[in-house]
Amino acid sequence: MGVRQTPHPHGNHKVRAEGAADVAPYSGHTTFAHRAKPKLPLQAHMTAQTASVSQQTSVSRWRRYRPDQQWEAYLFLLPSFAGFLIFVAIPVIASLALSFFDWNLLSPPEFVGVKNYVQLLTSDRVFRKVLFNTFYFTVTIVPLQLAFGLLLAVALNRAVRGIEIYRLIYFMPVVTTIVAAALVFQWFFNRDFGILAAAIWELGAKTGLPIRPPDWLNDPDWAKPAVVVLTLWKNTGFTMVIYLAALQGVPRELYDAAKVDGASGWQSFRYVTFPMVSPTTFFLMVIQMIGAFQLFSEAFVMTRGGPAQATLTIVFYIYQMAFEFSRMGKGAAVAWVLFIFIFLFTFIQTRLQRRWVHYEAGGES
Amino acid sequence: MTTRTAVDGRAAFDARNLLIHAALIFGSVVMLLPFGWMLATSLKAPPQIFTYPPTLIPNPVVWQNYVDTVRAMPFGRFYLNSLFVAVSVTTLQILTASLSAFAFARLRYRGREALFLVYLATLMIPFQVTMIPNFILIRYLRWYDTFYALIVPTAFSAFAVFLLRQYFRGIPVELDEAARMDGASSLRIWARVIMPLSGPVLAALTIFVFLGSWNDFLWPLVVTNSNATRTIPVGLASFQGQFNTDWHLLMAGSVIALLPVLLVYILAQKRFVEGITLSGMGGR
Repeated sequence: MGVRQTPHPHGNHKVRAEGAADVAPYSGHTTFAHRAKPKLPLQAHMTAQTASVSQQTSVSRWRRYRPDQQWEAYLFLLPSFAGFLIFVAIPVIASLALSFFDWNLLSPPEFVGVKNYVQLLTSDRVFRKVLFNTFYFTVTIVPLQLAFGLLLAVALNRAVRGIEIYRLIYFMPVVTTIVAAALVFQWFFNRDFGILAAAIWELGAKTGLPIRPPDWLNDPDWAKPAVVVLTLWKNTGFTMVIYLAALQGVPRELYDAAKVDGASGWQSFRYVTFPMVSPTTFFLMVIQMIGAFQLFSEAFVMTRGGPAQATLTIVFYIYQMAFEFSRMGKGAAVAWVLFIFIFLFTFIQTRLQRRWVHYEAGGES
Repeated sequence: MTTRTAVDGRAAFDARNLLIHAALIFGSVVMLLPFGWMLATSLKAPPQIFTYPPTLIPNPVVWQNYVDTVRAMPFGRFYLNSLFVAVSVTTLQILTASLSAFAFARLRYRGREALFLVYLATLMIPFQVTMIPNFILIRYLRWYDTFYALIVPTAFSAFAVFLLRQYFRGIPVELDEAARMDGASSLRIWARVIMPLSGPVLAALTIFVFLGSWNDFLWPLVVTNSNATRTIPVGLASFQGQFNTDWHLLMAGSVIALLPVLLVYILAQKRFVEGITLSGMGGR
């Protein structure tokens, strides 16, 4: 399976799996027992999104097609194909078409051309805010989460003892229902009776400094950081676990070599660890950026998009347009703008990765 | 990693190790604090909740909050709904995806690679883009506020197809050739050779899909409108709408919502972490 990425007995240290190219080829040597119990098959799914680019069927061991399997294959594909057609392919097109209409589901749809888009880009002040908020969340959440995740993973990798219990704890928020998490953080950030505010009052009283807690969720300047904190708490465990798997795949000899050359701890992090996990960083960056663009539940439960639209995100705006204001066409237009953004930024990152992502010799890039 | 003599190298190692553990323990407290705060509040009487400074330990311990919560909101019903939806979605996704993955990994036919690219392309489409037309379709089919709306549109996953195909391709092709020699049909090979040998990836995918469905919020929010169909997250959110400042009840509701997942997670930690990181994409 392509996702095996821990060094295995037969292989060289093939640490990563950023592309389908190394994601699969069945090697005839692999023994059966080995397959039955793959080692932590982390992270190689790597890319489902990015892989599509390099997804090539380089494996030439496929024999020519067999006419007798043609119809059989279609039958196997039918259930999922029908599902995609009805719930993905047609809706995507429908959504694009819909974005050129005004429709409240009650009166017949009215064709308005590019009006919805023009409005979004020129006169819609709320949308400008929404874009700003979404970019704010992206540029804060993504780097912070990568930094914390890597830091924790490095610490955990060195800790030797207790990995299991730390991982249990740090990963706990990942499996937590976001609605419950957002509720408790809302209570956490409560200005009058929240535990955080109390701690800050105490700190102020003890040190005599003039610090007082902000009214987080009711202050446009502070509501955003509160959402960021919730998101970090919720997702850092995921980043950490992925990084941990990558770190465990870095060959020991590299560190030994660095040591022999007299590298300091920081230097061996900077020149060994960092480049060795850079493909993982790239992967995480892409999926976290997509995730940040799609932020919704956190803001919906904790702040309702407020105060003063300070936490209104693109997806929240789609939701509002379509399901609160019954403006299906405008909602669809916002959704397409989101789609284009995600596509564009993923594309840009894929281009930029050549500059900083280090693939082992012979790897693709 | 500096070069030192063996002796004080060891001492430095121990000191550093201590520091690392101190940092990790501090981090653990930060991670656990919201859970603790949730649990503590859920057991407090309202007067204790609204006192300053806040205290962590509930005194007296009010179990009645849980009784009140369950009386106010049918959490039992939400559990059943979530369970039914998550089990159905997981079963259907794995069934449809594994059949297609088998066709992509094992059968030989014209157009296979092109079709696979089409499948991969659908991975790039964010759910929110298809959400509005799907909602309209659901209304048109009169599926609004039914389990069909919750289950059917989410029963197909290109990602699952991709993941399973990668795994299936790693299974020695000699095995199904031998089975074919013995006269086994493709369906039989899928059921008796490929699927039984894919235990690890199926387990990972099951956990990932199940948890994703269990925690899904946006789509159920859009297509449900009554307690008869609400899943846990949506039920909890509507509970929030009604008991805005009754923090003891809201926190009790949150504990109720989290408990089953956290219990299973703690019991099967390794599988969970593997399953989610392997299947990775959706994590939120």
